[in-house]
Amino acid sequence: MEAQDTFNFELVSPEEKLISAPAKMVVIPGEEGDFGVLPNHAATISSIRPGVIEIFSNDNEAPQRIFIAGGFADVSETNCTVLAEEAVNVKDLNKDDLEQTIRNLTEDMTMAKDDADLKRIEHKLVLAKAKLSAVIGGIVI
Amino acid sequence: MPSLKEYRDRIASVKSTRKITSAMKMVAASKLKKAQDQAEKSQPYATAMAEMMGRVAANLDVGAGSSKLLVGTGKDDVHLLVVVTADRGLCGGFNGNLARKARMEALELERAGKTVKILCVGRKGRDVLKREFASKIVHSFTGIGGKNRIAFAEADEVAQYILGQFDAGEFDVCTMLYNEFKSVLVQKPSAQQLIPFKAPESQANDNVSDKQAEKQALFYDFEPDEQEILGQLLPKNLGIQIFRALLDSAAGEQAARMTAMDNATRNAGDRINALTLEYNRARQAAITKELIEIISGAEAV
Repeated sequence: MEAQDTFNFELVSPEEKLISAPAKMVVIPGEEGDFGVLPNHAATISSIRPGVIEIFSNDNEAPQRIFIAGGFADVSETNCTVLAEEAVNVKDLNKDDLEQTIRNLTEDMTMAKDDADLKRIEHKLVLAKAKLSAVIGGIVI
Repeated sequence: MPSLKEYRDRIASVKSTRKITSAMKMVAASKLKKAQDQAEKSQPYATAMAEMMGRVAANLDVGAGSSKLLVGTGKDDVHLLVVVTADRGLCGGFNGNLARKARMEALELERAGKTVKILCVGRKGRDVLKREFASKIVHSFTGIGGKNRIAFAEADEVAQYILGQFDAGEFDVCTMLYNEFKSVLVQKPSAQQLIPFKAPESQANDNVSDKQAEKQALFYDFEPDEQEILGQLLPKNLGIQIFRALLDSAAGEQAARMTAMDNATRNAGDRINALTLEYNRARQAAITKELIEIISGAEAV
């Protein structure tokens, strides 16, 4: 029997189903480290940290890179479903805008009214930094 | 008896009312379409989330160590009612029915000796409940969705507020009241318990589900462990439940408004017919009266 070389990949956000297509390999930034999903992967449920999902649907093509702001992955042998609250194509992210956002947020941090406020801003900052690292392909601290 | 001019003015005014209601009906119809589309699109996420919750829960012994969101605080003293209504009126009994249900629910809980707190989502519900329960309304969210579609972030904001209150020990049980979208004609005020979380299918530890749990436990790896995943899933799930209620409520609001405006348009039409009849009668009576005056005048000469 010939082994299947693709599996069904789905990316869903609360607002709509973003992707539903066969894929050869998907790299997911799991909470405890990145992991690649190939067909016949062992069934896994993992949470995802903010980062980039890479979807390889063709051998010769560069992967599709999508930034997600955390979520969950549900992997079975033939399916891989990623639940993400926010998902943006890395191509649509702008480096300058993000740097500006980070500067604004850093400034906001110093003016935060209370702990809850500070937490919210911090959360946004982490996301913005993760996006920026996705764009430039390095790590932003 | 009103003069002919008064009749004409009244007919004109009812006609313009009819124009407004029929335009509102059409606007509501197109918004309803959009709201339904959105509700449909959000379905896959909710389904996937429910599946995942099921898998995780099946692999987990619900015990003392479990998240409080699942097992509760162990008390049942303070209830938080989340009342989801529309921001705007002119949609028949949509807001009124829900506010009535909320009121009954609150009174019943109070009769049972519980403390009631109310969180209003939507301006109309707040306005009605404010009269009776002003001191019990802890917070209210308005302007959700605005003119455009409802964003998940808005539902999440509500969820975060609820979680914050829960963590602070402000309440033990949280129930959400919203209009469930049954069909375009029917919106049913319903209650759903959010905290402690109750799965639609019972998670009772009977033999059947135990066996299923074993079966699934063999297959699934968890990263990080089950307990932690569940701890992250539950708050997310809360957001999703609220998001779904908001979408249902938005679709229901438009459907209710469409029906109400349809009725109003029809009533205006009936009113115009009745007024036109009266107007014509009055006009003919006036003509006849003038003729009689002329004839009897001529006869007298």
